[in-house]
Amino acid sequence: MAEAQPAAAIEAVENGLAAQGYIASRQIATAVYLSQEIEKPILVEGPAGVGKTELAKAIAAWRGMKMIRLQCYEGLDEAKALYEWKYAKQLLYTQILKDKLGEVLGGAQTLHAALDQLHTFGDVFFSKEFVEPRPLLQALEQPAGCVLLIDEIDKSDAEFESLLLEILSDFQVSIPELGTVSAIAPPTVILTSNSERDLGDALKRRCLHLHIGFPEQKLEERIVESRVPGISQSLRRQMVGFIHEIRTLDLKKLPSVSETIDWARVLVLLQATELDHEIVKDTLNVLLKYEADIEAAQPQLTTFIAKASRQNVFG
Amino acid sequence: MRENLHRFFRAARGAGVRVSPAESIDAMRAVSRVGFTDRGVLRDTFLLTLAKSQDEKRALGECFDLFFSQPEPAERGEESKYDDAERAESNASSDSPGEASAGDQAENLGPLAQMLLTQDRNAISAAIANASGAASLSNIRYFTQRGIFSGRVLEAMGIQRLRDDLDNLTPTNPALAERLQAALDGLRDTVRETVSQALLLYGREETENLRNEILRNAPLARIEPRQVEQMRALIRQIARRLRERYSKPRKRQRRGHLDVRRTLRRNAAWGGVPFLTAWKRKHRDRPKIVALCDVSGSVARVSDFFLLLIHSLHEVVDDVRSFAFSGHLIEVSDILEEKSLEAAMAEIMSKVGFGSSDYGNSLADFEKSWMDTITPQTTVIVLGDARSNNLDPRADILRRISERSKRLVWLNPEGRMAWGFGDSEMPRYATFCSVVRQCATARQLERAVSDIVATYQ
Repeated sequence: MAEAQPAAAIEAVENGLAAQGYIASRQIATAVYLSQEIEKPILVEGPAGVGKTELAKAIAAWRGMKMIRLQCYEGLDEAKALYEWKYAKQLLYTQILKDKLGEVLGGAQTLHAALDQLHTFGDVFFSKEFVEPRPLLQALEQPAGCVLLIDEIDKSDAEFESLLLEILSDFQVSIPELGTVSAIAPPTVILTSNSERDLGDALKRRCLHLHIGFPEQKLEERIVESRVPGISQSLRRQMVGFIHEIRTLDLKKLPSVSETIDWARVLVLLQATELDHEIVKDTLNVLLKYEADIEAAQPQLTTFIAKASRQNVFG
Repeated sequence: MRENLHRFFRAARGAGVRVSPAESIDAMRAVSRVGFTDRGVLRDTFLLTLAKSQDEKRALGECFDLFFSQPEPAERGEESKYDDAERAESNASSDSPGEASAGDQAENLGPLAQMLLTQDRNAISAAIANASGAASLSNIRYFTQRGIFSGRVLEAMGIQRLRDDLDNLTPTNPALAERLQAALDGLRDTVRETVSQALLLYGREETENLRNEILRNAPLARIEPRQVEQMRALIRQIARRLRERYSKPRKRQRRGHLDVRRTLRRNAAWGGVPFLTAWKRKHRDRPKIVALCDVSGSVARVSDFFLLLIHSLHEVVDDVRSFAFSGHLIEVSDILEEKSLEAAMAEIMSKVGFGSSDYGNSLADFEKSWMDTITPQTTVIVLGDARSNNLDPRADILRRISERSKRLVWLNPEGRMAWGFGDSEMPRYATFCSVVRQCATARQLERAVSDIVATYQ
């Protein structure tokens, strides 16, 4: 069914995400559709605040699946990401074993016989009971499948990347003491990256590569519409137009979609009906996060506001 | 269609997108799901499965558009050339009684000539495509091969037979011969266009590589103004490569001795049984660089590129302080950080540039104000020709710099033969340098900077 009508299926993805308040571009919807079809993780790259993490949340909400999130940072290792042994319980176990040792060995006469008996005794020291599953293992163990979000993979070390390779390509992990754990239902994996460092080719090869940039004006208006319903249409168009002008400047940190939404909320809160110089100046710190950026934008404000308003008249 | 996909993968490689066999399999699987009906979706699919970075996405997008628009110019070429003339003629001939005889004559002609005369555009496009395959047009790499490949394609289409036909027709039916000649000219143009397009598609990477290779070995001081922009792009590329190579987290940090104190503390909860071990970490220094650049005369351009390179290495190099001098010395780190390179270089030049160089005075300036920027982790790089116009070279200051720093590297744009001749103080300075090397081309510049960064790994 899906094979016959890929275009319709992609549109269904778009609508499904939209119902969760995530307005996806065509390319994003295609990526989500494909990742489902050929069971590949999606690697999402793009500047901060364009909705990379939000995408995973929206997919989880749309499909009604649990979302498991793994936030990456420098020094993250397998003990925190994959699994860990419950050391304290293992200690207790050995103590219990010590107490029960007499029963287990059951009156073996020689040392050799005692050892033989010990070997036949089932060892649970390294067993499933003593494994503390961390996000990656948890994701594999979800019977109904889940959305696994590996957030800001670029912040982790290169070694951690290699750890991910197995789970990304085969949806399984190997625990030396237990063997291989395969996914009950393959999870939908989303990796996000701010391109702080270049990821390895091996990792990139296993993923669909999706770049989310700043959205086009029409799309951004729709995003604001869905996120901040209280804002009037004319103001929405003006402010989005204004932000697109701001993005043409050479700034340290360009305002992204999250800033647009914040600003829209602020404008609604201040009950602004249209952009004027005064209100833009007062609320510019919502959009721009560096003093130097605000200073750089300051002289251009009037022209930008005029341009944005003009657009409103003719657009 | 599979054949076409393979050709597209080859074209993608030509455009500089690395497509491994595994990736092409993935792409094919994806394509089999989405089908070929919607070109937009198909394009997105390729971008998602093949491209691995934004640059690659852009290149692949262009490649896709070019590839799938390919058959069209062939038709258009046909049309514009002799469509009008042909139509007028065919109108005339359909009324004329001589039509039958012309048809008879056409029977004796080769297949190519018939195709051209019947103006079957689809057949011609198909024939060109087939001939392109036979001539393995997708192997085209350099622009110099255009002629050869055009010839081969025409050959494969049977131009020899067409020529014979023309020779035979000229005396018997000059009108038909003329028509055929016009059609042949049109065909030539179309084939040439097809070949050019193929070159664009398959040969871009190679052509660029060839150009870069030439550029890389050209002396920096003497490149032409129009090449400056290309050179900048090349230097940025080099910077990216160095970044990729050296910005990886340093390995083997967890080796070394057991940190007993921290291990005990960490395992206090388990009664001191060491489940978790803590290790003494070996710290590795990130490169700290102090660069002194001569910006006088012919050295200026080399300094320009050197500063661009060294300041593009943010991820690799912790701390760069740059100084520019000719007659006297100033710090230029801030100027380079804040402004675009062109503006920064212009400002630096207006402040210190183009004077006659005085190494002694400049070194004295440096010692007076900035000597404390040099720590035992610092690599000091001096870029200059060491031609001090017979003024006091103050090699004693250089010795003190050398003693304070980890390494002192001197990069000289002049060839080794010229060192020590005329007013060159190179031999005197060289005694205090850890490394002295010639640095006149982009390749040498890359080697020099790469070696400097590598010593910190």
